[in-house]
Amino acid sequence: MKRRSWFLNLSATAGFIFLYAPIVALIVYSFNKSKLVTVWGGWSLKWYTELFNNEQIIEAAWLSVKIAFISASLAVVLGTLAGYAMSRFGPFRGKMILSGWVTAPLVMPEVITGLSLLLLFVAMERIFGWPSGRGTGTIIIAHTTFCMAYVAVIVQARLSSMDESLEEAAMDLGARPSSLFFLVTLPLIAPAIISGWLLSFTLSLDDLVIASFVSGPGNSTLPMVIFSKVRLGVTPEVNALATLMILIVAVGVIAAMYQMRRQARLLERLDNN
Amino acid sequence: MTSSQNIETSLSSNTATDSVPAWKQEGAEPFLRIENLTKKFGEFTAVDNISLDIYKNELFCLLGGSGSGKSTLLRMLAGFETPTSGRIIIDGTDMSGIQPWKRPVNMMFQSYALFPHLSVADNVAFGLKREGVGRAEVKQRVAQMLDMVQLGHLGKRKPHQLSGGQRQRVALARSLIKRPKLLLLDEPLGALDKKLREETQFELVNIQEELGVTFVVVTHDQEEAMTLATRIGVMNHGVIVQTDEPHDVYEYPNSRFVARFIGSVNLFAGFVVQDEPDAVHIESAEAGTTIVKHHGISCAPGQEVSVAVRPEKISISYERPTDADNILEGEIEDIAYMGSLSVFRVRLNSGKEVRVTQPNFDRHVGDRFTWNDKVFLSWKSDSTVVLTS
Repeated sequence: MKRRSWFLNLSATAGFIFLYAPIVALIVYSFNKSKLVTVWGGWSLKWYTELFNNEQIIEAAWLSVKIAFISASLAVVLGTLAGYAMSRFGPFRGKMILSGWVTAPLVMPEVITGLSLLLLFVAMERIFGWPSGRGTGTIIIAHTTFCMAYVAVIVQARLSSMDESLEEAAMDLGARPSSLFFLVTLPLIAPAIISGWLLSFTLSLDDLVIASFVSGPGNSTLPMVIFSKVRLGVTPEVNALATLMILIVAVGVIAAMYQMRRQARLLERLDNN
Repeated sequence: MTSSQNIETSLSSNTATDSVPAWKQEGAEPFLRIENLTKKFGEFTAVDNISLDIYKNELFCLLGGSGSGKSTLLRMLAGFETPTSGRIIIDGTDMSGIQPWKRPVNMMFQSYALFPHLSVADNVAFGLKREGVGRAEVKQRVAQMLDMVQLGHLGKRKPHQLSGGQRQRVALARSLIKRPKLLLLDEPLGALDKKLREETQFELVNIQEELGVTFVVVTHDQEEAMTLATRIGVMNHGVIVQTDEPHDVYEYPNSRFVARFIGSVNLFAGFVVQDEPDAVHIESAEAGTTIVKHHGISCAPGQEVSVAVRPEKISISYERPTDADNILEGEIEDIAYMGSLSVFRVRLNSGKEVRVTQPNFDRHVGDRFTWNDKVFLSWKSDSTVVLTS
């Protein structure tokens, strides 16, 4: 193997330290025995026990998981339909604009998404009385909206790399469009749907900005609880909580990437022989 | 009747001794009738007012270059494209408005389009399951079909674990399992290497004769069309230029396009100087002589025509032949030794280049002629084809 230059080594190391030093520090300090966040007092798991005895945090965590689960599931359904429509509708007037609109939430500043959704909910409540007040329901709607964009993009990419004659072959063999979707299209885009779900789950789980806009009293998600706690000063408990969240998010992202890789390899193998 | 007898009769039917093929019989009922079929994509006319009759048990080849409209025509038969105008009638039933999943037609796709998430056996079973055939019968018919294409042992594999030739046979099995009245094949051998193609061509003909299915094959490969087809329809710019048996398409092309598209050909531009009842004389500056064609065709003196002569119909010699009807003089410019035959490029005095192929019937034929030799090229009158369009 070629020896890499010292400069390349240096920049790679510096980059990794820059990215991960804060996270490593946080993880290490979550095992700190001392009550003072900045003073090292030896290893301990006591902040984790304390964390699990903190009802407010456990409740918020449970709420976040529920919201993430429901919005990821809704986003997958809507996003798949949007992606399917975009890739199979054929060329139509305004297709570019429509696909631009679907993907806009990906690049829209979260503050704007959050604010506009808040305004919408308030206006809707005034006009048809629904949603009455803000809470879990509005957070779910908000998260579904932006997660759906991610799913649509992933599903569309998968569909456009898929041989369209597969669907024609199914029709030719007697499958009606409805059964064709469930027998052929859906199994083939399943990996994309799974990675879309995992991605949506983690995105929803760690969203703070949008949730702060559209949640109501007594409906604080986990990131909101952490944020409000940190404002009163960082406690080692928060470090422990953050470590657990990093773990969950990392597992989700790695699983999503693994799914995408696997499907890419499968397609490659199919093209090669 | 066993299948081997079937093959024999079909081979001998080329010489038309025992039975007259349906397309030569007066008033024979076509199995597939295409009436004034047109397909436009916006301003572009892909298929232009085609009418065509295809008979039962035919293996009909649509031959054409890319963009000739052959695939669009096939896709209209399958129901994936809706005709702009015209009708398709299969076995007496008008197909207008009938969805692809309800047509008595199956298709073998160029990419094979095997479902990657299903095993070979499930791929083949797909069509039967949609019909609601019972589980035991599905199993039995799939096994039978896989045995026919010699893949009985691979039923549990996934498509990506198969070679190209095996996938091609799975695709064929899958398209035949519903016993369609009409099977459409889109470039069926396109993705196979040359040796495999040749084997598969004959296999395909055997299967077609065994099952008695009518095949419509789309291909751009003239060799494939020649080996497979009972008849060939040559397509160009959305129109069928000529429909004939392979032998006739090759020996009696009806236009310059067909002559050039099928095999290679030497074309000489000229005009009719003398039109006798039993012979036409055509003066060609390109050929540097007057070309004779006996058993005349209808044309008027002065009419501009093209004379087509196939490279293998021309003989090459040092001495002026005495028994030939048409003789040209030239100089050998290039020789390509191809093993079974040699190809000569001969420059005539007019500057026109003529292609001549000679079989290497003994080992030293190729050595006899060499570059820059002055030679005579000759052919018989009945090898001359006079083209007016």
